[in-house]
Amino acid sequence: MTGGWTQHLIVLPILMPLIGAALMLLLNERRTMAKRIIALFTVTALLATSITLLAGVAAAGFNSSPATRAYLVGNWAAPFGIVLVLDWLSAMMLVLTATLGLTSLIYALARWDRAGPRFHALFLLQLMGLNGAFLTGDLFNLFVFFEVLLAASFGLLLHGSSKARVKAALHYVTLNVATSLLFLIGASLIYGVTGTLNMADLVVRIPAVANSDVALVQSGMAILGIAFLVKAGMWPLGFWLPRTYAAAAPPVAALFTILSKVGIYAVLRVYLLLFGGDLGWTGSYGEEWLLFGGMATMAFGTIGVLAARTLSRVAGYSLIISAGTLIAAIGAGAGDVLAGALFYLVSSTLAISAFYLLIELVERQEALPAGVSEPVFDDEYTGALKEDGEEEIGIIIPATIAILGIGFAFCVLLIAGLPPLSGFIAKFAMIGGLLGLQDRITGSTWGLIALLIGSGLAVLVATTRAGIDLIWAPSNNPQPVLRLAEVVPVAMLLAVCLGLMIFAGPTMRYMERTGQSLGDREGYVGAVLSAQRVGAGR
Amino acid sequence: MELVLALGIGILVASGVWLLLRPRTFQVILGLSMLSYAVNLFIYAMGRLAVDAPPLVGSGPPDPALYDDPLPQALVLTAIVISFAMTALLLVVLLASRGLTGTDHVDGEDGE
Repeated sequence: MTGGWTQHLIVLPILMPLIGAALMLLLNERRTMAKRIIALFTVTALLATSITLLAGVAAAGFNSSPATRAYLVGNWAAPFGIVLVLDWLSAMMLVLTATLGLTSLIYALARWDRAGPRFHALFLLQLMGLNGAFLTGDLFNLFVFFEVLLAASFGLLLHGSSKARVKAALHYVTLNVATSLLFLIGASLIYGVTGTLNMADLVVRIPAVANSDVALVQSGMAILGIAFLVKAGMWPLGFWLPRTYAAAAPPVAALFTILSKVGIYAVLRVYLLLFGGDLGWTGSYGEEWLLFGGMATMAFGTIGVLAARTLSRVAGYSLIISAGTLIAAIGAGAGDVLAGALFYLVSSTLAISAFYLLIELVERQEALPAGVSEPVFDDEYTGALKEDGEEEIGIIIPATIAILGIGFAFCVLLIAGLPPLSGFIAKFAMIGGLLGLQDRITGSTWGLIALLIGSGLAVLVATTRAGIDLIWAPSNNPQPVLRLAEVVPVAMLLAVCLGLMIFAGPTMRYMERTGQSLGDREGYVGAVLSAQRVGAGR
Repeated sequence: MELVLALGIGILVASGVWLLLRPRTFQVILGLSMLSYAVNLFIYAMGRLAVDAPPLVGSGPPDPALYDDPLPQALVLTAIVISFAMTALLLVVLLASRGLTGTDHVDGEDGE
């Protein structure tokens, strides 16, 4: 394989945060500045690497050469060794992760990273787990990276410990440990029958499974699916999500919006790869479950968003609606719907992340959250806001209410999917794709379209109500004090969404190619199984 | 041997699930530990049970029937390490919850 050093770029999104987090451990907890610089540098480099990888995939793909690239870690041939696979979907998810990582980190630098120990190390490990899950090419390493990102998310959820956070974390940790066990049962059942965990190899072997063993593979896949859908937050498995995310610190919640998308990614990857064909039982396995489960999730989220009394609950239920939309769109399957759904994935993740960041700024005037916690370790520095040699306040932005109001309105338009922003384009593309199915339009398709529109309306009602209450009502409270580092990330996220709207054409083309590549199972299998070892005779 | 292993996994899962649904945090942790033992045994069983078969191919004849499957054993090793770490972390959360809420109920407050 030619390509020089650039072929090793694939492994960097996993290695860089790992090295960054390892460096943090050598530094005393009081050296906040050094830690911030390392974290900021790593995440910026991560974003640059991801964009380079994405550009590489797009350049190769639009030249109609195969865009999927496999990287053999440890230089063992594909079904035996560990493979990392970079294709349209994983490149897109890498860029999304790095974007959210950078914005959440900048936001956290304003004050939240000092609310407890070891924020930056955990943050980087979280990014490492996410990137690994998006890149890996086999089920067991997917499990390992899931565990890495979960372990880091437990620490991040507890960041700035308080009663509410510990209570939420107790449920969250228990639930996720139990889910991981389901993941293991599913993966080992599949291994027991097919003798492989490499996804590309599974594509080849699953259709060849003997009739007597088909039930075993199906139950293995179903158990695996439950594990993914708990993470994604499908009804009735997603009951934990709004409460947990509402308890997390704002920058953490903003990063967690991509966490639930990992479940969606896993469903997209595993489900479409293994059951995308039209051979025998594999062709339509689980389709209705995803479609109806997704629709039930949307309905549940819609009711929840209308019933929510706090903004963080509104954001949590919006996240559930977004997960439901994606799951249902995957279940509805077929070409253009998928492209719209992928566009929706990017747009809604960015918007909800920005929303989580905004919530704290809007609600700040109501009550200042306590940022000081009890020390757990000897070397711990728990002074939340005091720093020697640093300005305590930073640059204060004037006209805060106007800025908050504009940002809030942007987020609402994006999440509800109203024109002219990217949320609308995504929903429009999905509905257009659904109507384009023509001969296969059934009652459930109309139901899905109705839910798509209805859930947007519910979000609009709920957020407007809360917005009037918090921002546009006359208030005796002093204006909230904003810092530059808190406004910039929100502005960055919204600017990316604006960019998605302005460059909707190229983005949509990318999404369409992503959708096609997910259907192109032979391309994926070919790229992975024929990857050449370094130094092997050509 | 199959029967013993199957019974062992079944009993562990049954006790684990029952404990997991109990209201006290310590019971929940014990339940999760039992479940993870059961899952580890299950993964091990998925590599087929064989007595006296080495997992590594030596200089002998490369006949797969003579050897045990090494991969599930490697998977179990990873799973053990991960579930051990998760249990340790859960214990810390348990203690923090006990300290902050003053009760060992999983919801942080007694229901009655």
